[in-house]
Amino acid sequence: MLIRKPADIRPSEITTKESYLSRRNFMKAAALAGGSLVAGEALPAIIPEARRAKLEGVVPSEYSTDETPNSYTDVTTYNNYYEFGVRKEDPYQNSQEFEPHPWSIEVTGNAEKTGTFALEDFVKPYTLEERIYRLRCVEAWSMVIPWVGISLADVIKQFKPLSSAKYVVFETLHDAKRMPGQRSRSLRWPYVEGLTIAEATNPLPILAVGVYGEVLPNQNGAPIRLIVPWKYGFKSIKGIVKIHFSETRPRTSWELAAPHEYGFYANVNPEVSHPRWSQARERRIGSEQGGGLQSLFSAAKQPTVMFNGYGEHVAHLYDGLDLRKNF
Amino acid sequence: MDMVRQVRFIWKPIVFLACLLPAFHAVGDVYGITGDLGPNPIENLQDRFGNWGLRFILITLTITPFRLRTGWSWLARFRRMLGLFAFFYVLLHFLTWLFLDQGLLLSAITEDIVERPFITIGFAALLILTALAVTSTVKMRQRLGRRWQKLHNWVYVAALLGVWHYWWQVKLDASEPIVYASVLAVLLIYRAWHRYAKPRGKRA
Repeated sequence: MLIRKPADIRPSEITTKESYLSRRNFMKAAALAGGSLVAGEALPAIIPEARRAKLEGVVPSEYSTDETPNSYTDVTTYNNYYEFGVRKEDPYQNSQEFEPHPWSIEVTGNAEKTGTFALEDFVKPYTLEERIYRLRCVEAWSMVIPWVGISLADVIKQFKPLSSAKYVVFETLHDAKRMPGQRSRSLRWPYVEGLTIAEATNPLPILAVGVYGEVLPNQNGAPIRLIVPWKYGFKSIKGIVKIHFSETRPRTSWELAAPHEYGFYANVNPEVSHPRWSQARERRIGSEQGGGLQSLFSAAKQPTVMFNGYGEHVAHLYDGLDLRKNF
Repeated sequence: MDMVRQVRFIWKPIVFLACLLPAFHAVGDVYGITGDLGPNPIENLQDRFGNWGLRFILITLTITPFRLRTGWSWLARFRRMLGLFAFFYVLLHFLTWLFLDQGLLLSAITEDIVERPFITIGFAALLILTALAVTSTVKMRQRLGRRWQKLHNWVYVAALLGVWHYWWQVKLDASEPIVYASVLAVLLIYRAWHRYAKPRGKRA
């Protein structure tokens, strides 16, 4: 008789969304009970190389939403990552061969500290935090995703940007051999994104290295990607190899592709429509599969909230700026 | 069995069932039997019905050129059925948008039809196809006489609007709409050639 040993099953495979959530609540409670566990003895951030490896020392964050996250399948099979193809299922299907290690990040431009850093050294000084954020795509769908990452503001401060650094520019890996989508000219490669220095040092943005407590899958931007929860998803650049402190505003990829449709700011804004579709409502995607017609009728669109609901943290960044012009 | 009977009692039912397969597949996916609808089920249904609508319009339009090239007159007997299937899938595409995507929210629906040009032209194509479906019966054909053919030439306008509607809503990658547009262009060129160039060729 064959007895399957418990060791054959990886924890990640048997962790249901429910038990995952309860574990998270337990962590939250533990964090509240003993503050020292969080602030005092924070572990350095370590990214294991094995796929779906569990991340250690992840602490919860006050910025997380209480909304129920989308399933792991939703988060990892419905992606926009044109480096691996333009259809939603392409990144999942075409990124499995991709090997994100070893990885290094080049920091350049107007900062005191610049250079090329191995990923392990780049993330080590920081604490891994879980940030459960809403993600609003410019295509009018949304998800809730439990990211794990490090605070971008902390990273930026570490490099001591000069006062001439007005923008932080990010670049994705450009390697058509490893990223098949780059063999077509769907976008101009490498993918470029950027934030103002004020946006980049706001407490909300993170450099994510994981999701659902595990290392980031390739299709989600492994090994390290940006998350800016109050902006449309395309701002949250994946597979980052370069960070540049710039005096001038970069021309970002989608801006270059269609300047009248996608702007530099790309703040979630229900009042400013995309030229071809409304941004007033969004579909929270994911539903119980095989749930029949009833589940389809109950998946009504919900109103989109200004700044994707993060206005209290970020609205002040845009005082005096005409968001209709600076879309 | 002669050709007419063979077509009516064997081939037509077979083609009819084959044309229903995409609809059966969709129902199977909705109930998780044949597969599933992925993380964005409503978009999935809307896209596949729209795609099948366009495919059936183009298939219907290839029948006459194909019949003229091959001389297989029996092909004409499938034209009405295939045209009605085009209307059927376009209607399903529209109903998915109306009930599932928009949730029958009237303000959003009228805003979309009026303010979003790609939805306006899609809606116009649907209206044309509705008129063609309603007048597709033998009785209507007899009643309309010579005007019937004129009315039904509008199927080319519907096809153009349909392809344009698809092309206009893609975010960046237009490779699929380009395929439909190319097929439609070939069909239109053939028809134009057949009408204007060919008689001269015959005279020569």
